[in-house]
Amino acid sequence: MAEPNRESPKGKTVSLFVTCIVDMMYPQTGMSVVTILERLGVKVIFPMAQTCCGQPAFNGGNRREAARVAKQFLRAFDGAEVIVTPSGSCATMVRHEFPTLFAGDSFWGPRAERAASITWEFSEYLVDGLGVTDLGGRLDTPRKVGLHDACHGLRLLKLGRQARALIGGIENAEVSEVPDCDVCCGFGGLFAVKMPDVSGSMLQDKVNSITGSEADVVVTGDASCLTQINGGLARSESAVRCVHLADLLAESLEGQEAPK
Amino acid sequence: MKVESNNFIELASIAIQNTEQQAAVRRGTRNGYLNRLAAFTQFGYEHGQHLRMQAAAAKRRALKSLPDLLEEAEARMTENGITVLWAEDAAEARHHVQEIAARHHVKRIVKSKSMLTEEIELNDVLQGAGLDVVETDLGEYIVQIGGEHPSHIVAPIIHKSKESIRDLMVEKLGMPFTDSSGEMVAFARQRLRPIYLDADMGISGGNFVVAETGTIGLVTNEGNGRLCTSAPRVHVVLVGIEKVVESVEDYALLTQVLPRAGTGQHMTVYTSMINGPRRPDDPDGPEAVYVVLVDNGRSAIYATKYAEVLTCVRCGACQNACPVYRSTGGGAYGWVYGGPIGAVLTPLYVGLENAKPLPYASSLCGACKQVCPVDIDLPRMLLDLRCDMEVRGYGSRVYGVGLWVWSFTQRWPWSYRLAAWAARVGQRIMGRWHPGPIGAWAKYRDVPTFAPKTFHQLWAEREEVMSRK
Ligand code: SF4
Repeated sequence: MAEPNRESPKGKTVSLFVTCIVDMMYPQTGMSVVTILERLGVKVIFPMAQTCCGQPAFNGGNRREAARVAKQFLRAFDGAEVIVTPSGSCATMVRHEFPTLFAGDSFWGPRAERAASITWEFSEYLVDGLGVTDLGGRLDTPRKVGLHDACHGLRLLKLGRQARALIGGIENAEVSEVPDCDVCCGFGGLFAVKMPDVSGSMLQDKVNSITGSEADVVVTGDASCLTQINGGLARSESAVRCVHLADLLAESLEGQEAPK
Repeated sequence: MKVESNNFIELASIAIQNTEQQAAVRRGTRNGYLNRLAAFTQFGYEHGQHLRMQAAAAKRRALKSLPDLLEEAEARMTENGITVLWAEDAAEARHHVQEIAARHHVKRIVKSKSMLTEEIELNDVLQGAGLDVVETDLGEYIVQIGGEHPSHIVAPIIHKSKESIRDLMVEKLGMPFTDSSGEMVAFARQRLRPIYLDADMGISGGNFVVAETGTIGLVTNEGNGRLCTSAPRVHVVLVGIEKVVESVEDYALLTQVLPRAGTGQHMTVYTSMINGPRRPDDPDGPEAVYVVLVDNGRSAIYATKYAEVLTCVRCGACQNACPVYRSTGGGAYGWVYGGPIGAVLTPLYVGLENAKPLPYASSLCGACKQVCPVDIDLPRMLLDLRCDMEVRGYGSRVYGVGLWVWSFTQRWPWSYRLAAWAARVGQRIMGRWHPGPIGAWAKYRDVPTFAPKTFHQLWAEREEVMSRK
């Protein structure tokens, strides 16, 4: 269910927050988002001053550093009409944590509240915001698409149904559920580095679920989980890979005519 | 029990190597998780959510008026003929039990399952005083004969395979070799039966204390709880002060939710309401009933932002749902409570400095809150505890510095660009050399590479092309 009382983003200019990890490791995913939104007639701008949302520091318990980084986010997106990001985790940070991070701050507090109210995760923006599920995409060959429901998006933004609807809208793509798709992949930011053995054991469970399933490809909405899962799949010599939802959608639109 | 929580990372790594234990924990938690899910969604998802929210509201209401409810409970229990004692800490609680045992010339004690008695290390002290103490919950019995500690709140031997339990029973109890779990249970049952009848005192925990009637609510599955609380001459209940609820109605609600969450049952096999000692016309029951209301750190938590954790009904659902617990088992947490609830409770009970890694023993995936029958926001508490750790300087120095450097690079566009460039170049220079944290990452997964151009660069190039058009 979409959160109630969110102002409709229809007709508004989208300020894209690509997230630091997409920026540095998967810039193509950012471009896929732009391609899809522009096909739908949405005007997209990219505030060049953006960096990160501050989540690594926040989850590490260091709220002072998190607030410093978050302020840069708020400065970069000052005046934005709608913020869209291809990450459920970063969207959660802005939506759920920014307001508490700056609670009681008369200058940054209202800015954080506003940012929280206009930020959308990519699939949520398309399905709940614009009401679009069928982008008119088509895959060259039929594929069974599994999912990994990234934790923050799933539990705090109630995501999951949106990505499934969008995949369902692609010709030749069939949603094929991976068992335990709602179980954490073991990334957890610093957690993976602080407790590598535990994280690795969780990853192995995820890899086993995927390789034991029928999926030809696994879609997720968070580049961080994707990095973790693909790292594990590669290590286990599986041919299956995890891709970002935006990239699968963009691939399905290649060579398809844009809607009038 | 010695607190070993500061060794979580090492203990977890050892546990992960133990394939037999891994298989047992994974199987047990998975069953628990699926059974819970089925029980809570049997009448639809919404129904389950309503049950959870009602249960959470009942426990939170009780928490709010905890001091008043405790007084009310004490008054009602006293009217019912129960002797109520208060214990501020573990030592006082143990002292009470020892004194009761002495007063009633007790030699043999039977116990039904209680995590609180683990917490206050009751058995060691009683046995040290020459008393014979026998755990009668099957799982706890195995724990006791094996000299171990329970690794799960409701399934104490979730970490053991059937074979290892069998071997232990053959070795310690002289059980004839068997492969049938039915025969194993029957053997344990035969061993335990005469012990109940011989016991002078029964010790139990309490799942709830109903303030309006002074009733102790006990939910069990094996029937041992009933025997412990009714066969011996004396019954002692050890219960945390946070277990008090307002009314019988709330108790009725909570006894529907706790079993659903813990084992997927709609009701436990035995749901007892204990109101006091045997009355003149009762055919059986103990001559004397004592209730020891134990604080042991609870009031201190009550005064903090973590108060809500006191609404925990100890169902173990968060342990079953937690992917970290599933990987490590409960022992790695280094104290009485494992899993998400343990990661929150342990530092609060034994001191932050004695459980530094525990708040970080979570990917913050949120599965624990999702399954908690009283909707405790465990991930939020883990975050707050991390914050407290950092503030008190218990965080890792190396990561602190790393985080500061990272934050510095993220605070301005110029430093961010510089860092992105440095990361790319750095990776090219280092090639396949993976020092420190990157090495930790590379142990289980391939290391991703930075893209040749950042999105910032791609976008700038695109803008330039568009402006030339
Ligand atoms: S925190 Fe919630 S889920 Fe965990 S044991 Fe307590 S009541 Fe059960």
